[in-house]
Amino acid sequence: MQKLHRKQQQWMPIAFLAPAVILFSVYVIFPIVQSVWLSFYQWDGLGEKIFVGFGNYIELFQDDQFWTAFVNNIYWLIFFMLAPPIGLLLALFLNQKMMGIRFVKAMFFFPFVISQVVVGLVFSWFYDPSFGLFNKFIELFGFQPIAVLSDPNVVTFGIIAAGLWPQIAYCMILYLTGLNNLNPDQIEAARLDGAYGWKMLRHVILPQLKPATFIAIVVTVIGALRSFDLVATMTSGGPFGSSSVLAYFMYEQSIFNYRVGYGAAIATVLFLMMDIYIAYFLWRMLKSEKA
Amino acid sequence: MFPTPIEKRSLPFNISYRVAVWIALILWLLPLIAVLLTSARSTADLNAGNYWGIPTQWMLVQNYEQVFTQTPMLRYLLNSIIITVPAVIGAVSLSTLAGYSLAKFKFRGRMGLFATFIAGNFVPFQILMIPVRDLTIHMGLYDTASGLILFHIAFQTGFCTLFMRNFIVGLPDELIEAARVEGVSEWKIFRHIVLPLVRPALAALAVLIFTFVWNDYFWALVLVQSDDVRPITAGIAALKGQWMASWQLISAGSIVAALPPVMLFFAMQRHFIAGLTLGATKG
Repeated sequence: MQKLHRKQQQWMPIAFLAPAVILFSVYVIFPIVQSVWLSFYQWDGLGEKIFVGFGNYIELFQDDQFWTAFVNNIYWLIFFMLAPPIGLLLALFLNQKMMGIRFVKAMFFFPFVISQVVVGLVFSWFYDPSFGLFNKFIELFGFQPIAVLSDPNVVTFGIIAAGLWPQIAYCMILYLTGLNNLNPDQIEAARLDGAYGWKMLRHVILPQLKPATFIAIVVTVIGALRSFDLVATMTSGGPFGSSSVLAYFMYEQSIFNYRVGYGAAIATVLFLMMDIYIAYFLWRMLKSEKA
Repeated sequence: MFPTPIEKRSLPFNISYRVAVWIALILWLLPLIAVLLTSARSTADLNAGNYWGIPTQWMLVQNYEQVFTQTPMLRYLLNSIIITVPAVIGAVSLSTLAGYSLAKFKFRGRMGLFATFIAGNFVPFQILMIPVRDLTIHMGLYDTASGLILFHIAFQTGFCTLFMRNFIVGLPDELIEAARVEGVSEWKIFRHIVLPLVRPALAALAVLIFTFVWNDYFWALVLVQSDDVRPITAGIAALKGQWMASWQLISAGSIVAALPPVMLFFAMQRHFIAGLTLGATKG
């Protein structure tokens, strides 16, 4: 009996893992390798694959469209970083007890629950040059109306603002949970020592919110690099590719232009950018696991 | 409690705080409120430029009726359900098994496997796009619900395994050990001891994954092309192209697309937030 058990203990964990591991390998791990491999070929998706070495990458780095998308991704990364601090401010604002506050918090979280496609539609309507609320608003301050989504100079920022809406909601929820789990003794002690307001926040509260901040930054970076849905629904990368990001540029090249090898090279660049953050996240996660 | 609770403040402060909260909420949701109002407008109102006032004619029922009868919206809605429900069940089941294995068995390479699941969950979709599309075409599953379901199960398994493993690792070892000493088979231990204990985590995870899969747009574009299979996110985006000027219909369609995850969120708010903020308090 005991022996059968030891045997079971050896193969059971493998049996439990097998379905997940197999499916995950087929659909996630293996495709990554395949995409990187494909990026060294010229391929239209159907015909013969022609090995071109680093040809796709050399072309990529000379392609203006690539640099536009790349710079836009950097803008996404920079401006998306507004989400954690604004989310924190909202969380501080809403962390009170009053009638209906649960409902209010839920409603503030609302934009994160709805599909990005819907967020895109909502904001297209919001930005509409002839009747959108955005232009009504800036007219109040005496500005000329701006066609946000058809002006190459501002279009990316318009889309990023739309993306910030759900992202701030997400960060707010992370911080609300963090604020709920603060250590009350430390706060009381700090209050007795005369700490309040900004000083309290800076030296007592923020250190305790570190785990929430970490997660907020990770999900925000990932969100910024994954941006696709909003670009696709609001502008399709236009006007003239000025609002494209790497995710959308890759999709466009592979699906519409049948440049699959080239698309794979774009995906690989995006993947490498993401890897920096993935590695950092894993390192943090596994470190805390050992402690 | 931080900031200082409002109960400890003066009455005027309390009143102005309450007013400020509701004003902030309305401003925050203004774009959405506008869409909601627009979905009840008439064409006449829109033509007259009444975009932001109260509709002169309430066309709520007519607009939604039009969306359901004159567009494939109902079909899209159904497709979304057909895709999302099996994907959630599949991903949650596979990852509960895998999470249990990673949490409660000691074997070589388990940390490596765990790290792989976490990392895979963060990769950009585009690095998977071409091979997954080819694979789906070769299996004859392009433009079928099964093709999308299989992919969603596989991809979501990464996040779900991370989630389940972290939950199960916190369960007491004693129960499992005691059952092992009694000679209970590993499968029965899983079925009768572990599964009942993870039920709250299953609920949280299921709600979360439902929302993720329901709101997916990219894979719906890549793996599906006909109206018979298209889920609602891709459907509404396609309709936007056709109805350029009929904003009242696009708005109504958007509301319909947003409703299921929103209802689920309100019904299971606690679970949803518990799932989303896992790790925000420790780690």
